[in-house]
Amino acid sequence: MKEFFLTGNLIDTVPQVSTVWSKRDLWETIKVRWSVGRMNYKVKPGIYAIGQPSEDAPVFVTGNFKLSFDHVRRALAGMSAWLLILDTKGINVWCAAGKGTFSTKELVRQIELTNLVQIVKHRKVIVPQLGAVGVSAHEVKNSTGFSVIYGPIRAEDISGFMKAGMKATTAMRAVTFSTWDRLKLIPVELGYGKKYLILIPAIFIILSGLNRGGYSVDLAYKDGLRSVFNLFVAYLTGCAITPVLLPWVPFRRFSLKGFLVGMIATIILAWFRLLGSTLLEIISWFLMIGSVSSFLAMNFTGTTTFTSLSGVQKEMKTALPLQIGMASTGVITWIVSKFILL
Amino acid sequence: MNGFVYLKDVVTLELDREKCNGCRMCTIVCPHAVFAIENKRAVIVNRDLCMECGACEKNCPESAISVRSGVGCAAGIINGILRGTEPTCDCSGSGGSCC
Ligand code: SF4
Ligand code: SF4
Repeated sequence: MKEFFLTGNLIDTVPQVSTVWSKRDLWETIKVRWSVGRMNYKVKPGIYAIGQPSEDAPVFVTGNFKLSFDHVRRALAGMSAWLLILDTKGINVWCAAGKGTFSTKELVRQIELTNLVQIVKHRKVIVPQLGAVGVSAHEVKNSTGFSVIYGPIRAEDISGFMKAGMKATTAMRAVTFSTWDRLKLIPVELGYGKKYLILIPAIFIILSGLNRGGYSVDLAYKDGLRSVFNLFVAYLTGCAITPVLLPWVPFRRFSLKGFLVGMIATIILAWFRLLGSTLLEIISWFLMIGSVSSFLAMNFTGTTTFTSLSGVQKEMKTALPLQIGMASTGVITWIVSKFILL
Repeated sequence: MNGFVYLKDVVTLELDREKCNGCRMCTIVCPHAVFAIENKRAVIVNRDLCMECGACEKNCPESAISVRSGVGCAAGIINGILRGTEPTCDCSGSGGSCC
C-alpha cells in the first residue's frame, strides 16, 4: 500500500518521505492527542530517504509511532538524510525504550535487515537521547560496527545539532516539562476516566434517590446531578488543574498536591452550597473529592519526566491506603447522610 | 531540571568511581544532568534529580553505574501489584513523554 506521506521511491527500494505535514498529517496528530484510534498509528519499520541522501548522509533512528516519525521528518526539512525506523509497535521512543521495544536488539536487527552497511559509507547512527534507556551504545558498536551518537531530545533541535557538528548543547540534553507540555497532556489525562464516565455517575444518580421515606425519582434527579457535578470537579482537579499548576502547588508528593487542590475546590463548592445541606453530606464530599483528586494527581507521576520508581513507591505506600480509606469512608458517610438528617 | 524535584534521598543510583574511565557517556545520556566529570572521572552531582530511567547504567561501557530502573508511575505500580509483576505501564504512546 502506498502511504500518503511518501513522495516516491529512491534507488528502487527505499521509500522517499515528504518533510512537510499535509492537512491529513495534522488532522491525524490531533486525533492521536485526543486518543482517537491511537493504537493504530504506525509507520512500517525500515529505511526511508529524506531529500536525496548520498552514502555520506547521516542516519537518524526513531520508532514507528507515527508522531515520532512525523516530528523527525519535519525537523529534517531541507536536509538529505536517511531515516531508520525501528519496530516499536507504534509507541513513542521514550515509552518504547522503557518497555524494551526500542532496544539494542531491535536497532541491531534493523541495521542488519536494511543492509545499512551497503547504504552508507560511514558507520554512525544518530539515536534520540531518550532512546538510551533501551539502547546500549557499546553493545550496538560491538555487534554491528556502527557507533551510536545520541542526538537531541527534541526533534526541533536536530538542525542545530547537525550545524554544531553533531554536538548537543546542555539545553538540548535536558528534559523539560513546561506549562505548555503539561497543557498538551490534559486531553490524554482526561481520557483515562473514559471507562467510568457513565458507570460512576449512573451509580450516584441512582443512589441519590434514596431517602428516609423510601425512594424518590425527583431527588435522584436533583441530588444526582449535583453529585455528578461534584465528582466531575474532583476529576478535573486531579487530572487537569493539579498537573497544570504542578510547580506552584506546595508539597513534593503528588498525592498531597492533589489533595490540597481538591480541598480548595471543595471549599469553593461548599461556598456555592453544592455539597448538600446536612453536615454529614458535606463531610462526605470533603472525603470523596479529596481522595479522588489526590489519587488522580498521584497518577500524573506516570506522565511526568522527573519522578523515580523508588520515589513513587515510597509515596504510594502511605498515600494509597489513606486514599482508599478516605474514599470508602466518604461513600459510606454519603449514603448514611441520605437517611440521617444531621 | 527547572524547578522540578521529586522526593529526596530515595533513588537507588550508585556509581563506582574506581571502574570509571571518564568516557562521559553518562553525562550525555542522562536527561537530568545527574552526572558531571571531575578529575577525569564521573561524579554524581544532582542525585535527587535522578528519575531511575536506567540510561546511564545501560550505556556505561565499564559497568560502573547501577540503578534499579523502572517506571516512576503510580498506575504502573498498581498494575504491577494487581498482576503480581514488576511495575509496568499500559501507555500506548502519547506525546513526548509517558510513564
Ligand atoms: S559512562 Fe561509565 S565509564 Fe563513562 S564516564 Fe560515566 S561512569 Fe565513567
Ligand atoms: S537513571 Fe536516568 S536520570 Fe538517573 S542518573 Fe541515570 S540517566 Fe540520569
